Amino acid sequence: MSTASERAAATAGRGSPVAPEAPALSPRAATVRAFLALLERDAWVTFRRDLAAFLAQSLMQPLFFLFTFGRVLPEIGAAQGAYGKQLLPGILALTLVITALQNTSLPLVIEFSFTKEIEDRLLAPLPAALVGLEKIVFASLRATVAALLILPMAAVVLPGGVDLGSVSWLGFLALLVMGSLAGASLGMVLGTAVPPNRINVVFAVFLTPLIFTGATFYPWQALDGLRWFQVITLINPMTYVSEGMRSALTDGPTLATGWIALGIVAATVAFAALGLKGFLRRAVD
Amino acid sequence: MAIIEVDELRKRYGPSGPEAVSGVSFTVRRGEVFGLLGPNGAGKTTTIGALTTRVRPTSGRVAVDGIDVQRDPVAVKQRIAVVPQRPNLDRVLSALENLTFHAAYFGYSRGDRKRRALALLDEFGLAGREGDRVDNYSGGMAQRLMIARALMHRPHVLFLDEPTTGLDPQSRLFLWDQIERLRREGTTILLTTHDMAEADRLCDRIAIVDHGKRIALDTPAGLRDLLPGARGVELTVVHPSDPAPALAALGDVETSAQEAGRWHARLYGEVTPAQALAAVDRMGAEIVDLRRIEGTLEDVFVQLTGRDLR
Repeated sequence: MSTASERAAATAGRGSPVAPEAPALSPRAATVRAFLALLERDAWVTFRRDLAAFLAQSLMQPLFFLFTFGRVLPEIGAAQGAYGKQLLPGILALTLVITALQNTSLPLVIEFSFTKEIEDRLLAPLPAALVGLEKIVFASLRATVAALLILPMAAVVLPGGVDLGSVSWLGFLALLVMGSLAGASLGMVLGTAVPPNRINVVFAVFLTPLIFTGATFYPWQALDGLRWFQVITLINPMTYVSEGMRSALTDGPTLATGWIALGIVAATVAFAALGLKGFLRRAVD
Repeated sequence: MAIIEVDELRKRYGPSGPEAVSGVSFTVRRGEVFGLLGPNGAGKTTTIGALTTRVRPTSGRVAVDGIDVQRDPVAVKQRIAVVPQRPNLDRVLSALENLTFHAAYFGYSRGDRKRRALALLDEFGLAGREGDRVDNYSGGMAQRLMIARALMHRPHVLFLDEPTTGLDPQSRLFLWDQIERLRREGTTILLTTHDMAEADRLCDRIAIVDHGKRIALDTPAGLRDLLPGARGVELTVVHPSDPAPALAALGDVETSAQEAGRWHARLYGEVTPAQALAAVDRMGAEIVDLRRIEGTLEDVFVQLTGRDLR
């Protein structure tokens, strides 16, 4: 590693006079700056360029789930009026996990295969694995924003509105962070393990079961009479996020807190490790 | 002093795959323009990949500025820039934003990013188009923007992978001027190309690789010397009879008659133009045209790598 003065000497006398010298940063400092700059780039694109697309992509599905299952079904007598109260935590979990998953996997596929734009970021001065980690972190941020927007939406759509009287805010916050990280990590596994021309097939095969076995539309406890299915849902990481949201937002019976925490943390750690390994395989031949 | 060191580099893709690079070694001196030539699939891009942190060598050592690429890739990335064969611009960003965010990755302050980006856009003939989405850029403009982007963080070493493939003659000349300017300013450049005229004009030294091995390394003139049979002088003279006997003392001669008493003669060997002119004078002939024959780099390249399609 050369010192700042060596670097300055090596770059002296180049280019036009308006051009500033390259900042002489240690690799560690350069890594921190580069990671933050990658986040800044993604935030700029999300909020200054593609805000409408981002909102439509994240909110259309939950809006129609809430409307159909939370409002239409109770009004035509196909569900109980209080169903919306059980549905909302599930829709929050669904939005969190699916938004994070899609916002990691789809850009990865496009940037590695079609636009190749990830190459410029892989040459930025930070370890390649951190370029992947930044994808997970930013997709989680997008998912958290989307999930928070569900609350005012549900207040309007659901017949009973949203009752925040018994909310455990600390638990809710922890679930926003961990649930989105779990979804984004799973997205990184899908986005790097599958050949790009197969990603649409994978989405069809993976997403539908993920959505419908994740204790999204029913509390896990209610499956007591359908034991085999109740066991199957435990494989789905979204079950733990849904049950966690139910535990944080309502006072009905849910999976025990310890199991919820274990399920989410174990899924996140496993998928993140697998996903980052897949990312490095794509990033460095 | 060497700024790039490649020592016995080997790369095998997958455990049973073929070896893309089988023991390539060379060094590039600081400030040099170094050409890496070879047919498609010869191992050029893999070699560049190993130097730019994108390919993990199976064995051997590669270093930039004395830093082992495997051991400290971040420090290497701070010193290099890469212009790839195919466009990899950030398509949701404008041209200006492509440059400013690139500089942000390298730690430039907001004000510096914009000043430097606008100066480079101007230098690369893109002033007035900085707000365009890069999707709307032509191939030549995208190429110039990628080079401007690469220069944003003032790299010590610039890697250009087939920089002029597919460019129109204007863009190609412009790029050649830019490369010569960068060299004057002290940037080390490693470029790959199939264009022998380009390599001849730009490079201080050239390595030719084929089948994953380095088969030649020299200056362009040194490489041309590998074909001694293709050197000499070519003449057109007006003379009543075949000039071959009068020229035979200078070297091997081939002559052919042209219209209006003109003869075309090719003299092979170590013949200077002055010697040829003197011989023409002595026989009382009139000189119409004289040209030095030199083996082209392309001849050398084909001689070394064969005519087989890859």
